[in-house]
Amino acid sequence: MAMNSELWLRRIVKPTVFFVSLLPATLLTWYALTDQLGANPIEEIVRTSGDWTLRFLLITLAITPTRRLSGFHWIARLRRMIGLFAFFYACLHFLSYLVLDQFFAWGEILKDILKRPFITVGLVSFVMLVPLAVTSTNKMMKRLGGKRWQRLHQSVYIIACGGVLHYLWMVKADIRDPIIYGSILILLLSHRAWSKRKEEAVRRRRAHSATI
Amino acid sequence: MLIKAPKNSDVSSSEITDETLFRQRRRFLRTAVNLALTSTIATPLFVPASARAGTKLSNVKKSAYTIDEELTPFEDVTHYNNFYEFTTEKRDVAEMAQGFQARPWTVEVNGEVHKPRTFDIDDAIKRYALEERIYRLRCVEAWSMVIPWVGFPLAKLLKDVEPTANGKYVEFTTLHDPERMPGQRRKVLPWPYVEGLRLDEAMHPLTILAVGLYGEVLPPQNGAPLRLVVPWKYGFKCIKSIVRIRLTEKQPRNTWQVNNAREYGFYANVNPNVDHPRWSQSRERRIGEFFKRKTLMFNGYGEEVAGLYTGMDLAKFY
Ligand code: HEM
Repeated sequence: MAMNSELWLRRIVKPTVFFVSLLPATLLTWYALTDQLGANPIEEIVRTSGDWTLRFLLITLAITPTRRLSGFHWIARLRRMIGLFAFFYACLHFLSYLVLDQFFAWGEILKDILKRPFITVGLVSFVMLVPLAVTSTNKMMKRLGGKRWQRLHQSVYIIACGGVLHYLWMVKADIRDPIIYGSILILLLSHRAWSKRKEEAVRRRRAHSATI
Repeated sequence: MLIKAPKNSDVSSSEITDETLFRQRRRFLRTAVNLALTSTIATPLFVPASARAGTKLSNVKKSAYTIDEELTPFEDVTHYNNFYEFTTEKRDVAEMAQGFQARPWTVEVNGEVHKPRTFDIDDAIKRYALEERIYRLRCVEAWSMVIPWVGFPLAKLLKDVEPTANGKYVEFTTLHDPERMPGQRRKVLPWPYVEGLRLDEAMHPLTILAVGLYGEVLPPQNGAPLRLVVPWKYGFKCIKSIVRIRLTEKQPRNTWQVNNAREYGFYANVNPNVDHPRWSQSRERRIGEFFKRKTLMFNGYGEEVAGLYTGMDLAKFY
């Protein structure tokens, strides 16, 4: 029985999640090759990849709450892959800015980073994602040790906040979408704070009963 | 006022032919779809054929005010633009504006004028000789197009209503009708959209009221039936679907300025040296091109309009 669900996860669930996660990039490529990105394809590519970066960050953060609320513990096993997809889309987003939008105009890029808060925040978030991707392997997890690894990977909350701020600062007037993403993030953060407190309470109660 | 001699400004005829053919094919499909639709939904039937988007405008003269640059394809001009009254998604405006009825339509012209009057849009089109003007359009978001507008100088209409000595500014207002303009159901901007010009800017021969593009009646997504075109200013000054033109003594508060005065001013002249607080204005992406181009002072119309702003600090009056 245990073997079966392990096989199910490895042979069916993980590959499915993998291919579904690749779908936005595949579609984007298809639209680009068939000239279906509208009048300003570069803007469309930068935006779509940015959207998916933020979405994958939020999905990654939603995994623990979903696991807790649903009781499907195997969901946690998908977190690394989904987190790496967030990094994948972030790379796509950054590269499309660098190559398609700016075409290596380093002077302009530097000015953007220094003078445009929305770019600054985006870049900081992206740079912070790199160590998380690098340390995502089992080997690195062991090398760092569970506690330290976990503390490092908690920075994904800050990265997601950066992503929402980046979006909020980018829009001209219609803040609806960044507000929606921001609200989801706040919900996820509150859930985390709430479950942290509950754990803390349980631990204290245990410690208390142990002394008695 | 200086009149520019027509440079070798005529766009090569082969280009236009291609464009026309391309559109005819598209239009054939569209007509087929429209026919299928109108037979079930009868509303557009009472709109005179001459007023429908896609109809050729007659008696359009070529104007000396034109530029020798490749036109942005019709498809891009009509499927990528900002018109928040319909949606904030540039690529969706055309679809959201489908079926917008721009007839009957009247434009009130009043305020500080001796002869206030209300024009029916079709009377105005008959009254003022239509010209084709090929202008650059530079959006504040740093993309640009080259568009063959059809319209007439705003100055002609203003002369007809005779501004009084107190008429120092011109204020324009867009239709406010959330039933027909679904974007207005959300308060993204303070509706109705308002824009303004100084009287000398409004009287400038480059300033036109457009009723068409590519030789055809203006499609709803581009501001039917009547919009302003001021080619040396950022696109948001070119207010669409105008219902009122009012002459005022005080400088009007234009919508984007009301929304965020730090980022958008009254003048909004295209200026590569004054950045938007959140992005650079020094370069722009011409739609259809890969490399960005340098943005030109006054969008390349400095020769004609720089004189309007002598002595003004353009970093302050942005
Ligand atoms: C984790 C990091 C990042 C996240 C989550 C993120 C997310 C986003 C999102 C959601 C958008 C809006 C998309 C839309 O309008 O639909 C966006 C736009 C944008 N991002 Fe990022 N981004 C990140 C990093 C970066 C970096 C490093 C850069 C460049 C240095 C960058 C440059 C841009 C630009 C230029 C736009 C605006 C595109 C436009 O106006 O057309 N982003 N990003």
